[in-house]
Amino acid sequence: MPLLPPRWRLVLLALAAVSLPIAAGLVWLILTGSFDRVHGLLPAGPPDAQNWRFLWEGVGGRPPVSTPLLNSFVFAGVVAAAVVLISSMAAYAISRLSFPGRSLYLGLVLVLHAFPAVSLIIAIFYILRLLGLFDTLTGVILVKASLELPLGIWLMKGFFDFLSWEMEMAALVDGMSRWTVFWKIALPLVRPGLLALGTFALLSAWGEFILPFTLIVSSRNWTMAMYLQTFLGESFTDFGMVAAVGLFYATPVIALFLLGQRYLLNIYSGGVKG
Amino acid sequence: MKRYAAPFVFLFPATFLIACFFLIPVITTVYLSFTDISTVTFRNPRWVGLANYQALLSDPFMGRILLNTTRYVGLTLLFNVGMGLALALLSSSVRQRWADQIRAVWLLPRILPPVVYVLIWQGLTREAPFGLVSDVVGVSKNWITASPWTVIILANGLVGASFGMLIFTSAIRAIPNDLFYASAVDGATALQTVRRVVLPLLRWPILFVTAYQTLSLLTSFEYILLLTDGGPGFYTTTVWSLHAYKLALSNYVGNVQFGLGAAMAALLVVIGILVSFVYLRIFNFKALVGEPKIEVN
Repeated sequence: MPLLPPRWRLVLLALAAVSLPIAAGLVWLILTGSFDRVHGLLPAGPPDAQNWRFLWEGVGGRPPVSTPLLNSFVFAGVVAAAVVLISSMAAYAISRLSFPGRSLYLGLVLVLHAFPAVSLIIAIFYILRLLGLFDTLTGVILVKASLELPLGIWLMKGFFDFLSWEMEMAALVDGMSRWTVFWKIALPLVRPGLLALGTFALLSAWGEFILPFTLIVSSRNWTMAMYLQTFLGESFTDFGMVAAVGLFYATPVIALFLLGQRYLLNIYSGGVKG
Repeated sequence: MKRYAAPFVFLFPATFLIACFFLIPVITTVYLSFTDISTVTFRNPRWVGLANYQALLSDPFMGRILLNTTRYVGLTLLFNVGMGLALALLSSSVRQRWADQIRAVWLLPRILPPVVYVLIWQGLTREAPFGLVSDVVGVSKNWITASPWTVIILANGLVGASFGMLIFTSAIRAIPNDLFYASAVDGATALQTVRRVVLPLLRWPILFVTAYQTLSLLTSFEYILLLTDGGPGFYTTTVWSLHAYKLALSNYVGNVQFGLGAAMAALLVVIGILVSFVYLRIFNFKALVGEPKIEVN
């Protein structure tokens, strides 16, 4: 709103007050991971490196943390790359090429974008079993990437629609193929879109819990989300160490949050699914 | 046919994956719901018609689950939309620099991995002297077991509120400045401007956020699964989607009743598809599918 109310500082104070619990949560995670004992938000013991022992030893029969960490990197990286490439290709076709059923295709993408994919998990479990992809990282990667496609196609179509087409026309007239036009001219021009979609897909896959939890069993295929979850269900939880695991797992996300707040806000305000 | 070679190549990977993991699963869910598929009969399920649906109707816990689902969706929705609206209105009334900071803080629960987010909730709701909530309230309890619903709704709400906040904020930004100046010239107070100018213009975004979040809440169970796993005790916080998931995919009744879970999921899928079609009307569909500018393939 262009005109701020005269007492906008009071409003700001109220906003800060309601936002305090979120900040408190983050502070709790950092403190509990670092100290021996934390009462509320006050450290009641010395800093404790023992919380981080999961880094150099397997804890309670779990694999060393390097296994799920590597799996999570592969999972998030491949999913993000696949989503960005495959959605861009489809979005480019919908935005630029003429083919029968084009508006039907876009309608399908829109419906799927709104459709809550998690309700399909039971059937997906069954299909992966039949395909022999159950309990494999490949299987979860395929599923996760597919479920992000409607959003990705939708987002990228918006970016391609916005490009002026004269340059592409010129390249086509000069004899470039459609693929070369896409790769050399269109894609570099929508770099902000690629970056936004890539970041979103990366964050979403990094945090993904339900899919690996349902579709993976063997501990050698665990992702970080599953590794951390095994600590939550224990009857006696060593919160110091679990918080350290959580902090370790969330570090890339927290770093991105602290460094790129404005950038994240733009991505999530730009019509990206909530 | 050469004319359609390019669209085919560009669309093939996306279409293939969407078919495998969206379209076929929709059909599979419905198909499985008509079979007796379970751990024992996994490889060769038998067609049983509507037996699963009849079993659902006669399930003595169904009333409880429906009640839980209504409570979960209704109350969380109220929190999400109300808080989202409040955050959007309040943060639009302070200096931009501060507003962005506040909105960014509210993004944090959304971008944190759900398991880490739930871990934080578990830590904050522990007994004294560890849990911050027990400290602040002055009563030492494990708040997740003591008031599971409050924790579930707040945990979901803090994540969900940012969705409404962002949508409402951009809707407020889209209001022409003239309207605010006109209302100021007419002597309206800030509250009157919000009540008479802003809120009426937010009607569509509010409707959209409500519809969208109703659907996603109806099918979401991630935070409940992690926070209470449907307990404490018997079905205390089990909602429809969580029950479907557990019937089909976890071994908590011995033999996994895949078909029964699929029947519950199939109803969600049908609702999901119907509501998604309604969205096509909310989005201005015709305007979005204008013909492409270059017709050469």
